Amino acid sequence: MTTETITQAPAPVHSRGNRKQARRNTLIGWTFILPNFLGFLAFTLIPVVAAFALSFMEWTSFSAPKWVGLANFERMFASDSFWIALRNTVVYALGHVPLTMALALILAMLLNRKLKGIGFFRVAIFFPYITSLVAVAVVWNMLFSPDSGPINQFLGAIGIANPPGWTSSSDWAMPAVIITSVWRDMGYYMVLYLAGLQAIPTELYEAAEVDGASAWQRFWNVTIPSLRPTTFFVVVMLTVSSFKVFDLIVVMTNGGPGRSTTVLSQLIYQEGIGEGKFGYSSAISLVLFIIVLTVTVLQFKIQQRRER
Amino acid sequence: MTNMAEDLKATHVRDAAPLPNGAPTAEDRRRTDRKRSPREQKKRTANIVIYGVLVVLVVALMVPFIWMLSSSLKENNQVLTVPIQWIPQEFVWSNYTDIWTRIPMMGYLQNSLYLAVIITCLQVLTGSLAAYGFSKVRFPGRDVLFLAYVGTIAVPWQAYMVPQYIMMQNLGLTNSFNALILLQAFGAFGVFLMRQYYMTIPDELCEAARIDGLSEYGIWARVILPLSKPALASLALLTFVNTWNDYMGPFIYLTSNRLWTVQLGLRSFVGQFDAEYAMIMTGSVISVIPILIIFLIGQRYFIQGIATSGMKG
Repeated sequence: MTTETITQAPAPVHSRGNRKQARRNTLIGWTFILPNFLGFLAFTLIPVVAAFALSFMEWTSFSAPKWVGLANFERMFASDSFWIALRNTVVYALGHVPLTMALALILAMLLNRKLKGIGFFRVAIFFPYITSLVAVAVVWNMLFSPDSGPINQFLGAIGIANPPGWTSSSDWAMPAVIITSVWRDMGYYMVLYLAGLQAIPTELYEAAEVDGASAWQRFWNVTIPSLRPTTFFVVVMLTVSSFKVFDLIVVMTNGGPGRSTTVLSQLIYQEGIGEGKFGYSSAISLVLFIIVLTVTVLQFKIQQRRER
Repeated sequence: MTNMAEDLKATHVRDAAPLPNGAPTAEDRRRTDRKRSPREQKKRTANIVIYGVLVVLVVALMVPFIWMLSSSLKENNQVLTVPIQWIPQEFVWSNYTDIWTRIPMMGYLQNSLYLAVIITCLQVLTGSLAAYGFSKVRFPGRDVLFLAYVGTIAVPWQAYMVPQYIMMQNLGLTNSFNALILLQAFGAFGVFLMRQYYMTIPDELCEAARIDGLSEYGIWARVILPLSKPALASLALLTFVNTWNDYMGPFIYLTSNRLWTVQLGLRSFVGQFDAEYAMIMTGSVISVIPILIIFLIGQRYFIQGIATSGMKG
């Protein structure tokens, strides 16, 4: 993300007043950073570090913290709520990531042209992403309503006799959530892809055309390779956001029916804030963090190998 | 990933410049050929097809909004009908007057507005100050510190919400706006976004101002801030919308009804009166309207902000 962070040269060395100047710079730099840093330190950095430590402690709202080593993790791996939530989260990610990515790319390619009024289409497709989540969830819940909801009426009209029960069925609740989230997110990733597409030099396409490449060949041999950095970023962002999915599920299905859509972050909330099991919930947090980190690092490695 | 906005700019420049070998561009060809070549005829047809596809696509994607608006103007028993009525038989405008008395909607709106304004102001102010420190003042440890900032952006918020909650409980701040303000106003995201922008402002400008005798604070206030209006607008809009739409923060911290935001109020209304379809949709429309207005005013800053930072926060 910030490859150019450290490339700035150190302050030039001129004279003896140097050290004083450096001290002054440090002071000035810190006064700029401090207002934000105090809040950041107290409410982000310390909690992040605390989450690590807590996961090795037994601490509930009724007892003092006590070091218990890996006990929380043993309990977690033996609990089927954890495995169900993990499985659901993975299923959600497997649906959400490829679908959003593919649709975002298709939309970006459709919208990457100089046409009158193209801006309107871009803006319209982007809008769901910043619409309030509660409104989105509520509307889609009604669209999905099994008996007389518009979606099932449409499915009936195109000849599907037994349309799914969506959010009231434990098999179809997750697909319903995925459809809603894809609809909501794709406009955002479309913007990222648009930026990527616009950075591809037109000369590349012209050269390919001169060489007689078909539209399909140009897509595979020019567009896709040129978009690799964007795709890398999109996949990482999408995967991370999939594993963090929380509010959409809470509002749309609240994890149900049964436990069919319960995800990891919801479990963290229930155990930690709902039931006050601070240590145990932090252990689940750590697993969530490790998954997100692993996926990111893995993507990064794959990306690096491709570039070589 | 850092410089998408620049790439965007660069492409536009490249498009405008003639090709290096002096070959005529598509633009030139179009100008010189008075008659339409078959190729251009084909292009025109292609454009019409693309317009058609886009219109169908956008209408399909807008169905949830269309349905929301139409349902908000119906009687309850008209909402889920077979077949679907896209235009209400008769417009029940009273939904929009009744909702204010059915639930304390005005209070919810005020709470949301209060939180969004305070958090946005603090985030923009502290974010741009810190970004100046991180990009224009050189001192030891600066880059390590910045890495710590960026590192926490990668940690899912859910992973540390429990320690945050314990902390707020100990400070006695649960069930108050202050908890949310403290948690959301000092985000690393704002610093990151502003720094990305400040890196594109040449250091020579600051040097010149220094030689002219401006202090660092003066440079920040009188040189950098005026230059970074687009980035400030991006950050302000993104923060405002995020705060307005936030559900989990208020859900965890605000328990008493009088503190609820629009999102919480709407959710609880749905929970209590799940058969009041029309009124629920009315509430949804009202909760989206402020976002729509802000988005229409500042959409270009949203898109720029995303292209610059690659993330929303």
